[in-house]
Order: sequence, then structure tokens, then C-alpha cells
Amino acid sequence: MVMRRTVGLVAAATATALVVAGCGGGGPQSDGDEKVTGGAIVLGVLNDQSGAYSELSGRNSVTAVELAIADFQAKYGDRAVTTDISVRSADHQNKPDLANSKAQEMYDRQGVDLILDVPTSSAALRVADVAKEKRRLYFNISAATTDLTGKSCNKYTFHYAYDTYMLANGTGRTTTEQVGRNWYLLYPNYAFGQDMEKSFSAAIADAGGRVVGKDGAPFPNTSGDYSSYLLKAATLDPKPDVLGTMQAGAELVNVVKQYNEFELRDKGVGLAVGLMFITDIHSLTPAALAGTTYTDAWYWNFDQQNREFADRFQQETGTRPSFAHAANYSAATQYLEAVQAAGTDDADTIVAELEGKEINDVFLRNGKIRAADHRVIHDAYLAQVKPQSEVTEEWDYVRILDTIPAEEAFRAPSPDCTL
Amino acid sequence: MTAFLQSTFNGLVSGAFYALLALGLAVIFGMLRVVNFAHGAFYMLGAFGAYVLLAEAGVPFWVALMVVPLALALLGMALERAFVHRLTRLDPLYNFLLTFGLTLILQDLVKLRYGVQSSPYEMPAGLRGSVDLGLFDFPTYRVFILGFAVAVCVGVWWTLARTRVGMVVRAATERPELTRALGINVGRWITPVFGFGIALAGLAGVLAAPMRAVNPLMGADLIIVVFAVVVIGGLGSIFGSVAAGFGIGMVQAWAEAYLSAFPIVAQTIVFIVMAAVLLWRPAGLFGRAEAPA
Repeated sequence: MVMRRTVGLVAAATATALVVAGCGGGGPQSDGDEKVTGGAIVLGVLNDQSGAYSELSGRNSVTAVELAIADFQAKYGDRAVTTDISVRSADHQNKPDLANSKAQEMYDRQGVDLILDVPTSSAALRVADVAKEKRRLYFNISAATTDLTGKSCNKYTFHYAYDTYMLANGTGRTTTEQVGRNWYLLYPNYAFGQDMEKSFSAAIADAGGRVVGKDGAPFPNTSGDYSSYLLKAATLDPKPDVLGTMQAGAELVNVVKQYNEFELRDKGVGLAVGLMFITDIHSLTPAALAGTTYTDAWYWNFDQQNREFADRFQQETGTRPSFAHAANYSAATQYLEAVQAAGTDDADTIVAELEGKEINDVFLRNGKIRAADHRVIHDAYLAQVKPQSEVTEEWDYVRILDTIPAEEAFRAPSPDCTL
Repeated sequence: MTAFLQSTFNGLVSGAFYALLALGLAVIFGMLRVVNFAHGAFYMLGAFGAYVLLAEAGVPFWVALMVVPLALALLGMALERAFVHRLTRLDPLYNFLLTFGLTLILQDLVKLRYGVQSSPYEMPAGLRGSVDLGLFDFPTYRVFILGFAVAVCVGVWWTLARTRVGMVVRAATERPELTRALGINVGRWITPVFGFGIALAGLAGVLAAPMRAVNPLMGADLIIVVFAVVVIGGLGSIFGSVAAGFGIGMVQAWAEAYLSAFPIVAQTIVFIVMAAVLLWRPAGLFGRAEAPA
């Protein structure tokens, strides 16, 4: 009897675990709900503080925003529109529903003027709905979906750092031109992966390349095994020159480790990665990725200006900034500058102030806030991971092969978007 | 044909991990009637143990392969004495809650110290590259894992089948009261057996470090499949857990290779098999429905 009950229990628990596993663990909650007095500016950082994206954004994004506030206060001193500027942060655990309710709480009860960051495309879109409904500002930094400036665009939402088009256009086009025409695409079979697959297929075809095979791997891939796809890639006819992987985070680590295990590079199949952060290279080690090309929105050791910011950031956090951290700093700074210029934090006035504005700062090079769809365009970079022998400094893993001009890096405003 | 053999081989390698983990669960369940939901966390600790030894002390893979499972066995035995032991008389639900809670605590402790980003672990020098298996080349490390896991499983089987310790464990698993009545001290084997099961999970973790992402949640994803494997093989059946482990590994690999047109099916094949087996044989393929007490 005990046996039968226990079998039932295990089967039921397995099923429960399946459901729960998709949701991640618990995490720190927000700091409460103090009412902010009028005349104060409150910036809200809403992101993943305990899960898969907590290294590339997470608490360190909050630090980046705090740096921006300190710099703004140092610059304007008594002339600042207000001296009372603070940050609130919350963990959305990559759950769209939680992101939605946290965003409402921020706007309604914490007096937040601007929500920043919000990784995970599905969560990012739900926050855009709240911004539209509450008529409050939202700068998305860490999510990839082009829908933020496409069919889900709205007057109060700006997409700041990157998107799937930028990644596919940079990596897909240049890799096709420089490495080889035939591609095999491997993507995680959910919204982000499918979006990436479409963007890459289009960019590859545009550049005269061809997708000879593509597969959607289970997401999440519980077995952690990608060998069947890697073996298939090597046997396709015609043989692909490039394996394009759209996996992210830990799944990307699995793909790359196994790509090396099966020695695909030696078999003439190069590797291109759809979305990669400096933190991913750090955990895989540059040796495992040497020669891999990808599109980067910003690199900390690109020039002196970036490096100075990276040094300050490292003093505060102990690590080098990802492009998302730099973009959070830049977005907070540009918002505060707009408020200073407008003399008010009224959202509609700030939108008018920002639209069409051209910006150069530590993150945005040749940056422009497009009025048509609120896409923030800026130079992007084609990056290549250095061989281990050329890595002389921890975190300096990449060389920039090419700068993709802002106008080419992003797609033209989508006809689906009416603000 | 070559492609089929290749994916079969890959399935066996995935299966080797399932088998090692399921074997540990089966041994623990057999002896203690405890379903150890913290098994995935110990697998994760195994991989982190290897990582920490290499990164902090330069201890190579081969040494970690011995040291880490031993250390985890001791930790497991301490936990058994301190917690699990106190709950075995109660409803199985209590130990389920305990081990599930342990999982969350262990995961978060590791997260606190090492973050959620995967930690780097390089392939040991002697196992890089690939070997020629006649029909195709295969990564050396995968061949090693397969050989090693099979050797461990055979070793466990031999111990259970041929040694006095094994006899006691088998007797205690099948008829605990009768074994006690024959004057055998069953209790004294409980703690070491729990430790041994944990050591197997740790061993699988060390083996995973060079080829899988090493992060605090690596066990949480894998263990779901392992529980399905255990249910399919028959809860508490040593042979069933190993056979189902390798079997499910192969089924998964075939599904990925030949059902890629139906990603939903390839994704859920393990659970489809589990449901089918439970309908057909509620006690699992190799489990025996217990006679009413």
C-alpha cells in the first residue's frame, strides 16, 4: 500500500515539479510602498534579481542607475530640478504576470516616474501595457522582442539597447558575407527563439546566404543534451558553414560545450551566437568560444570613455558591466537630462522632449530617439571572441571587428506601430 | 544506419546520467522508503564540488571524481542522522517536504556564493578529442562516461547480488520486519546506504561538469526527468532504475533525431512514456506491486 501511494505521490510531484520548474524559485521582494512626496523623481528598476538573467541585469542594473543619479546630482548641484531623486527596485522573476503587477505597484504606490530594464520579452510586453494604461514612462533595456516597437508599441514605451533585428542583422549578414553562406539554425522553441529564428533567416537570405537546416530544441531542455542537433548539423547536405545558436544563458553554455566536444569547428562548421553577454563568455571561458562572432550593443573596453565607466562600475560591483548595465546608466541619465531641460516630470512633456533627440553618451554612439516608433537607434558592434592566448586581462575577451552604423543596425520603423 | 547508431550512443550517454541518479534514488527508497527529492541538489553540489576544487585549489578532475562523492556521502549521512531519520516513521509526505526544502536551501546557498551564471569547467586534458569507433568518431569524454557509468552500475549490482552486505540490503528492502526477526540489525545499514545513494548523485555531478552548464539550477531541471525514469523503472527496483535510465536516454535521443517535425512530442516523450507505463503496469516496468501488509 505504501508503495502504491508513494508511486502516486512521485508521479504527482513530478508533474507538479514540471509546472513549478518553469517558474523559477522565490526571490527578494520589493522594499515596501512608501509614498513619495511631490517634487521628487523616482526611478524604478524592474528586472530579474534571482534567476537566469540576474547577472547580466539584476542588482547591478540598480547600481548603474544609482551611478547615473550621482553623476546628475554632481553635475547640476543646486540647479537640479529636484535634489530628491531615488531608486526603487523589484524582482519580476521573469514571470509576465508578476512583472505586470509589480509595474502597477511601482507606478501607483511608489510614485515611480520611469520604469527601467525589464528583461524577458514576455514580461517586457506586459509592462508596456501598464505604461500605456497609466500614461507613465518606460524604457526597456534588456528585452529583445521587436514587438516593443512593432505591434505592441505605445507613446510611453521606449526600446533602448538592442532587439532581435539588430542581433540578426549584424551577426546574420556579416557572418554570411565573411564566414560562409550555408547555415544551420538551432533555437529554443519558444517566443524569443522563434522570433530570433525568423529574424536570422531573413537576414541570412538578404545577404545571399541559405538556411540548409533548422531545428527548435525543447525549451527548457531538461536533458541538457544537444548532441542529436550537433551531429545532424555535420551531416547535412550541403554542409553548413555556420551553426547559428539562439540559445541563451545556461542553455547556450550547454550548446557551446557540446559543440566543442564534437569538434565541429575542426569539421568546418563555424559558430555564430544569436545573443551573448560578456557574462556568458566569462562563464564559458574565452577558450571555449574563441573565434565566435556575435553582435554586441556595447563593449566595456571599446574606448577610453567606456573603460572609465567600466572602472567605476567595477569599483562598485566587483565586475565589469554588461551592455545592459551601461544602457541602464545611459537611459537613467538621458531621462534626468530631459526632466532638467523640461523643468517638469510630466510624462507627455518628457515624451515630446525626447522624441527625435540625438544623443552621444557612454552607451549611445550616434544615438537617436526615433519619433516614429520610439526605437532608440545607435551604433552596434560586430564582436569576435579572442583566442585565449590574446586574453591579457580578465573580462577583456572580445575584439570589435566592425562598427555597424546606427541607421543600418536597426530596422526601419514598422508599419504595425502607431503610437 | 550510422546516424541511428550515433543517436543511440548519445542516448546512452544521457541515459548514463539518468541511470546513476535513478540508481541512487532506488537504493535509498529501497532501504529507507524515502523519496529523496534533494537528489538533484546533490548532483548540482557534485558539479560545484569539482568546480570549486579546480578553481580554488587546482585539484584535477580525476581526484575530484574520488573526493567529491566521498565528501557528499559524509554530508548525506550527517543529514540522514540529523533529519531524514526522524521522519521515516511518519507519512512519506513529511520526508517529501523535508527533502524538497533541502533542495531549495542548497540551491539558494550556492546561488548566494556563486551566482546563477554558469561556472566554467574545462574538459580534462586526457579526455579531449574523439575516438574512432569504426563506423563513426565519437567524443572521447562521452565514451569515458558511458564506460564509467556502466562499470559503476555493474559494481553496484555485483555488490548487491554477491556480497553479504548486499544480501542484507536486499533482504531489508523486500521484507524489513522478517529480516529484523532473523536477528539482523537493519538499522545500522540505513545511514551508509543513504550516504551511498547521495555519493552516486555527486558522482554524476562531477561527470557532468565538463560537458554541461554548471549552475545552481542544473539539478532542478534534470531531476524531473529522473523521477519519471524511476517511476517507469519501478520505484525501488535497482535493475529497473538502471534499465529505464538508459532506455529513456535512448528514447529521448531518437525522438529528437526522428521526431523533430513534432517538437511538442520530442519535448514530452518521457512523460508520454511514463503515463503509458503507469496505465499498463502501475508499479512500473520492473516494480512489483507489494502484497497487502
